[in-house]
Amino acid sequence: MSEAKASMSEAKASIDKETVEQVAQFGGEHYKYGFTTEIDMDRVENGLSEDIIRFISAKKEEPQWLLDWRLDAYERWLTMEEPEWAHVDYPKIDYQDLCYYAAPKSMEDGPKSLDEVDPELLKTYKKLGIPLIEQEMLAGVRKVAVDAVFDSVSVGTTFRDELAKDGVIFCSFSEAVKEHPDLVQKYLGSVVPKSDNYFTALNSAVFSDGSFVYIPPGVRCPMELSTYFRINEANTGQFERTLVIADKGSYVSYLEGCTAPMRDENQLHAAVVELVALEDAEIKYSTVQNWYPGDADGKGGIYNFVTKRGDCREDRARISWTQVETGSAVTWKYPSCILRGDGSSGEFYSIAISNNLQQVDSGTKMIHLGKNTSSKIISKGISAGRSSNCYRGQVSVHPKAANARNFTQCDSLLIGDKCAAHTVPYIEAKNLSALLEHEATTSKISDDQLFFCQQRGLDAEEAVALIVNGFCRDVLQNLPMEFAVEAQQLVGISLEGSVG
Amino acid sequence: MSSLLDIKDLHAGITDKPIINGLSLSINPGEVHAIMGPNGSGKSTLSYVLSGKSGYEVNGGEMLFEGQELAEMTPEARAIAGLFLAFQYPLEIPGVTNMTFLKTSLNAIRRGRGEEDMDAASFLRLAREKSRALGMDDDMLRRQLNVGFSGGEKKRNEILQMAMLEPKLAILDETDSGLDIDALKTVAEGVNALRSPERGMLVITHYQRLLDFIKPDVVHVMAKGQIVKSGGPELALELEKSGYAEYVGGADAASAGSPAHA
Repeated sequence: MSEAKASMSEAKASIDKETVEQVAQFGGEHYKYGFTTEIDMDRVENGLSEDIIRFISAKKEEPQWLLDWRLDAYERWLTMEEPEWAHVDYPKIDYQDLCYYAAPKSMEDGPKSLDEVDPELLKTYKKLGIPLIEQEMLAGVRKVAVDAVFDSVSVGTTFRDELAKDGVIFCSFSEAVKEHPDLVQKYLGSVVPKSDNYFTALNSAVFSDGSFVYIPPGVRCPMELSTYFRINEANTGQFERTLVIADKGSYVSYLEGCTAPMRDENQLHAAVVELVALEDAEIKYSTVQNWYPGDADGKGGIYNFVTKRGDCREDRARISWTQVETGSAVTWKYPSCILRGDGSSGEFYSIAISNNLQQVDSGTKMIHLGKNTSSKIISKGISAGRSSNCYRGQVSVHPKAANARNFTQCDSLLIGDKCAAHTVPYIEAKNLSALLEHEATTSKISDDQLFFCQQRGLDAEEAVALIVNGFCRDVLQNLPMEFAVEAQQLVGISLEGSVG
Repeated sequence: MSSLLDIKDLHAGITDKPIINGLSLSINPGEVHAIMGPNGSGKSTLSYVLSGKSGYEVNGGEMLFEGQELAEMTPEARAIAGLFLAFQYPLEIPGVTNMTFLKTSLNAIRRGRGEEDMDAASFLRLAREKSRALGMDDDMLRRQLNVGFSGGEKKRNEILQMAMLEPKLAILDETDSGLDIDALKTVAEGVNALRSPERGMLVITHYQRLLDFIKPDVVHVMAKGQIVKSGGPELALELEKSGYAEYVGGADAASAGSPAHA
C-alpha cells in the first residue's frame, strides 16, 4: 500500500517539478525570438532634447516642414502628462535614459537595394522566419511583400518593383518622405494628431522610420503587405510610424509582426499607425504582436504603448483591425475606427493573451459620425498565471450618425485562480436611431474539460491550446490564411506553463 | 495468464475520504464485465481512479494495465496505452469542431506511441466511415464538440471517439443514463460492433436494461467500495428483481479479496 502511495506522490512531485521547469523556461527557450544580433550600430547618446530631434531629422535629410512638425510635437509633449487611467502598473519611465536613434552602421550610406543588405541582418530575419530575399519566397505560395524595420530604420522592402506595376507604393517611411512628400505631408497626422496623447506626441517628435503604403484608386493590392518590427539594441526605444492610404475603391490587406530579444531591462515601443480609407476603399490590418513578454517573475519585456487609428474618411469605406496580442510586459493599445463617411464600417477582432505577470489594457474605439455606419467588436481576452487582462472599449454615436449600428461581444477566459480579467465598455449614443448591442461572458477552463482532453491522449498543454484556440475561433478565422496557422501555434506557445 | 486489467485490493478516494475499499477485479482481453450497484457504491469513482482524474488518490493496492501500474501514469499516458473512458457527462468544448477534436486526439495518441500523424485524407475517410456506421450524419463532425448536442448525440459521440481510437480497454460509465430506448439500442449496437477478442470492456450501469443489449461475460455487484458478488449474466436479472438492498447492508461481511471470474 505504502509503495503505491509513494510512487503516486513521486509521480506527482515529478509533474510538479516539470510544471515549475516549464514555467521557468517560459521566458527562456520558449520565447524563440529572444536572440540578439551582434552588429555594428550607430546610436546616439541617451536622452531627449531638441538637439536629438534635429539630429534624427538631419540624419534622414528631412525637409524643413517635417522638422518643424517634430519640434512642435516635442513642445507639446513637454507640457503633457503620462496617462495613468489604464489598468496597468509599471515603474516610471525615465525618458532621458532612453536611446532615440539606433541603426545598423551598414545602413549609413543611404538606401540600398536588397542585395546589399548586411548579411547579419538577413540572417536575423531568416531566424525570425521572414524572407527578405525575394527568390526565397516559396514557389506556389501567395506572395507577401515585406518591409523589415530593425531598431530605428527600415532595412529592406521586398517586391517593390512588382507592386509598382500596379501603382502601389510600399516603402519605408523615410523613403516616402523623400519620394512622395506630397502624400506624406497631406496625410501624416491627419488621423492621429500629434498631441492626441502623451505617446503620440513623443512618437511624432522622435519617430525614426516605419512603413508607408499607398494604393491608387480602384486597385486591389495584388499581394499581402507586411511589416516586421524588430527591436535589437538594448535601452532603445522604438518609435515607428505606419501610414496606409487606400484611395477610392481600392483594397489592401496588411500584416505587422513584432519580436524583440530577451533583455532584463524593459524597453519602450511607442508606435503610431494611421489608416486612411477613401470612398469605397477597404483596409484590412492584422497584427501578430509577439514582443518579448519578460520572464516568469516579470523581469524585462517590452512596454507596448501604441496608438492605432483608422479613418473611414469617405462614404462606404471599410476598415478592419485584427490583432493577436501575446507578447509585451505591458500593453496599452486601442486600435480604433472613425466612421466619418456615410455607410462606412469598422471592425475590431482581438485575441489578447496574458500569462505570468503580463499586463494588458487593450480594446477599441468606434466613433460613429456618418449616417448608416456600422461597427463590430469581437474581443477575446485570455488570462493565465498572475496576469491582468483588461478590455477597454468605447462605442460613440454622434448626433448626426442616424441608424448607427454596433455589435460588441467581449469574452474573457481565465486559466488558474491568480489572474484577473476586467471589462470596461463605454457606450455613448446621442442619436435615438442607434442600435447598440453588447454581449459579455467570463469563463474558466474547467478541470473536467482538461481531464476530458487528457483522457483522449492530449497532455495538459495541448489541451489548453486546443480549448483556447476554440475560444478564439471567431477571431482566428479573420486572419489572412498565411498567418492563421502561425497565430494558432502562438496561442499554444504563449500559454505554456499556465497549467500545473 | 496475462490479464488486460488486474486490480488487487485497491483503496482509493478523494482527500481523506475513502471510497474504494479493497476492490479486486481482473479483466482478460475479449471479456465484457459489467459493474452494477446502487448510487454511492463507488462505481464512477472506480472509472475516474482508473483513468487518472485529478483529485482522486490511490491509497493502496495495485491496478495493473498489461502489467503496468496505472497510478504511475499521467491520464494521457493511460490513454496512449489504450485505456478509454466513455464519460457519463461528456464535456463541451466551444469553438472546437468534433472533427478537429477527433483528429487532435487520434494524432496525440499516435504520436505517444511513436507513430506518424494520420494524413488528412485517410483521417477524413476513417471519420466518415465510423460516424456513418453509428448512424451519425456528416454534419455532426462539423459541429462544435458536444455543444448543443442532445443527450443521445453526446453518448453516440463518445462511442464514435472510442471507435476511432480503438482502445484495448473501454470503460463505459453509465452510458445508458439519459437515453431513450432507441438511442440506447444505437449506442449498444455501436459498442457491440467494437467487441473483439483483443478488447476488454468494463460497463458501469445501474440498470439491467443496458445489459439486454450489451451481453456481459461477467457481472459484478459493487457496494460500499467493494465487489460483493460476481456471477454470470443471470446475476443482473436477479438484481433487477430483488434490488440492491441485500448488498447495501452486507458489504462489510462480504469477502473482498477474491477476484471473480465467470
